Amino acid sequence: MTANTHPQLLVHDKADNVGVVVIEGLTAGTDMLCVCTEDNSDFRLTAKADIPIGHKVALKDLKEGDTVIKYGEDIGRMVGSAEIGGHVHTHNLKTKRW
Amino acid sequence: MAFDFTQETVKAWRRENGRVGVRNHVVILPVDDISNAACEAVANNVKGTMAIPHAYGRLQFGEDLDLHFRTIIGTGANPNVAAVIVIGIEPEWTRIVVDGIAKTGKPVEGFWIEQNGDFETIRKASWKAKEFVHWATELQKEDCPLTDLWVSTKCGESDTTTGLSSCPTVGNMYDKLLPHGLYGVFGETSEITGAEHICEKRAANPEAAAKFRKTWQAYTDDVIEAHKTNDLSDSQPTKGNILGGLTTIEEKALGNLEKIGRTSTYIDVLEPAEAPAKGNGLYFMDTSSAAAECVTLMAAAGYVIHTFPTGQGNVVGNPIVPVIKISGNPRTLRTMSEHIDVDVTGVLRRDMTIDQAGDALIEMIKRTANGRFTAAEALGHREFSMTKLYRSA
Repeated sequence: MTANTHPQLLVHDKADNVGVVVIEGLTAGTDMLCVCTEDNSDFRLTAKADIPIGHKVALKDLKEGDTVIKYGEDIGRMVGSAEIGGHVHTHNLKTKRW
Repeated sequence: MAFDFTQETVKAWRRENGRVGVRNHVVILPVDDISNAACEAVANNVKGTMAIPHAYGRLQFGEDLDLHFRTIIGTGANPNVAAVIVIGIEPEWTRIVVDGIAKTGKPVEGFWIEQNGDFETIRKASWKAKEFVHWATELQKEDCPLTDLWVSTKCGESDTTTGLSSCPTVGNMYDKLLPHGLYGVFGETSEITGAEHICEKRAANPEAAAKFRKTWQAYTDDVIEAHKTNDLSDSQPTKGNILGGLTTIEEKALGNLEKIGRTSTYIDVLEPAEAPAKGNGLYFMDTSSAAAECVTLMAAAGYVIHTFPTGQGNVVGNPIVPVIKISGNPRTLRTMSEHIDVDVTGVLRRDMTIDQAGDALIEMIKRTANGRFTAAEALGHREFSMTKLYRSA
C-alpha cells in the first residue's frame, strides 16, 4: 500500500458523528481520506482546522446539545458547536455524567 | 502466520504446584517498610537476588491488612519467583507471609529483626539467599503449553489510538487464546465508568454480572462520592489522555473495553490481588486504574505476563512480571520507541489488520515467555505499588 492511500482519519462505527485523526501534522484544508474500521468503507472530508493526532473531527455540523456518538455509543454532549471537518474536544464536548 | 494454539509451547519453569513461570527470580521480600533496608542489604550481598521494597505493613488492620498480606504473599507465590527470603520486623506477621508462600511448595524462609538487629538478620538471610540462588540457577526450563500461561492486561496513558489499535490487539489475543486454556484478567474499576452497562453485559453468567455491578457501585459510592471535591474531570480522563485526544470518561471507557475483544466474557469478579479460583478463562479484578498499582495486584494474583497497551507512552514495569508494551501511536513510536515491544502503528495506516496485530502480540508473548527481556525489563522498570484502602491505625 502506498503512502497516499493511508487514511488521515479513522471512524469506528457507521453510526459515529466524529472520527479520529491518525497522522501527525494535519493542517486546515487537507482533503482527508477517511476510513470506517467497521466495514473498511471510505469517504473524503476537508479538515477545517489544524488538528493534532488522536483528536476528533466532526463528521457533520454539530451544535450545542447534540449527542456525540463514537464506537456507536453516546460519549457526551456538545457544549459548543463544531462545523463539519472541525475540531471536537474539551472546548465543545463534555460528559453527560457530571 | 497461522497458529495452532493448542500445539504452541514455550520454554518455561514448571513450579512445584504445577503452575508455569516465565522468570526465575529469587526474591528478598520485606513484610513491612522498616525491613526494606535489611532486604536491600541481602540483595546487595547475593547476586541474582532482588529486593522488593515497599511503603507499608505496619499498623494496618481489617480489610486493608488482608489486602496487604494477600499482595505480599501473592507476590512471593507467583510462579515467576523460584524462591523467597522474607524479612519482617517481628516473627508473627513474618510467619504469616512465610506460611502463605510455602503453600506453593517453593523454598521460602523467614527472618525477623527484633532481638537480632539488621546485622545478624542480614548475615543469616544472606547465607540462605545464596543457597537459594545456587538451587534456582540449576532449575531447567521445560516445554509448556502456551495456553498454560496466565496473562493479564491493563492499558495506560491511553488516547484515541489505543481504542483503535493496541487495545483491540489485546482483545484479539484473548479471543484466540482464552478458549484453549489461558487465564486472563482485566480491571480498572474507575476506567470502566462510562461503559459499566456494556461491561456488565460481557459477564459469562448472571452471578458474575451481579458481582460486577455491586463492585462498580461500591467503588462509585465509597471512593468517588466519598472523596471527590468536584468530579473526576481532573484525573479521569488524565491530562495525558486529554492531550492524546480523549475528551470524556465514556470515550475512554469504551476504548479500554476493547481489551476484552469481541467474543470473550468474564467468568468471575476478583477482589484486588485475589487469585482466580473458577478455572481457566477471563476474570475482572476490582483495581485502581493507576498503572503500577494495577499491575502489582494482578501479579500478586498469580499472572505471569502482562500485556499493556499505551497511546501516549506509559513506561511502567514490574519487579517479577514482564510487562509487554503495545502501541499504535506513530508519534509515540517516533519519540519513545525504547519503551515499546509491539508496534501496531500499521493498524492506523490500514496496512495491518487487528487479526495480524493479535498474532504479533501472541508471538511477542511467546518470545517473552522464552526469555526475551521486555523494554521495561531492559530499562529497569520495577514499579511495585501496594494498594492501600485507608489510613493505618
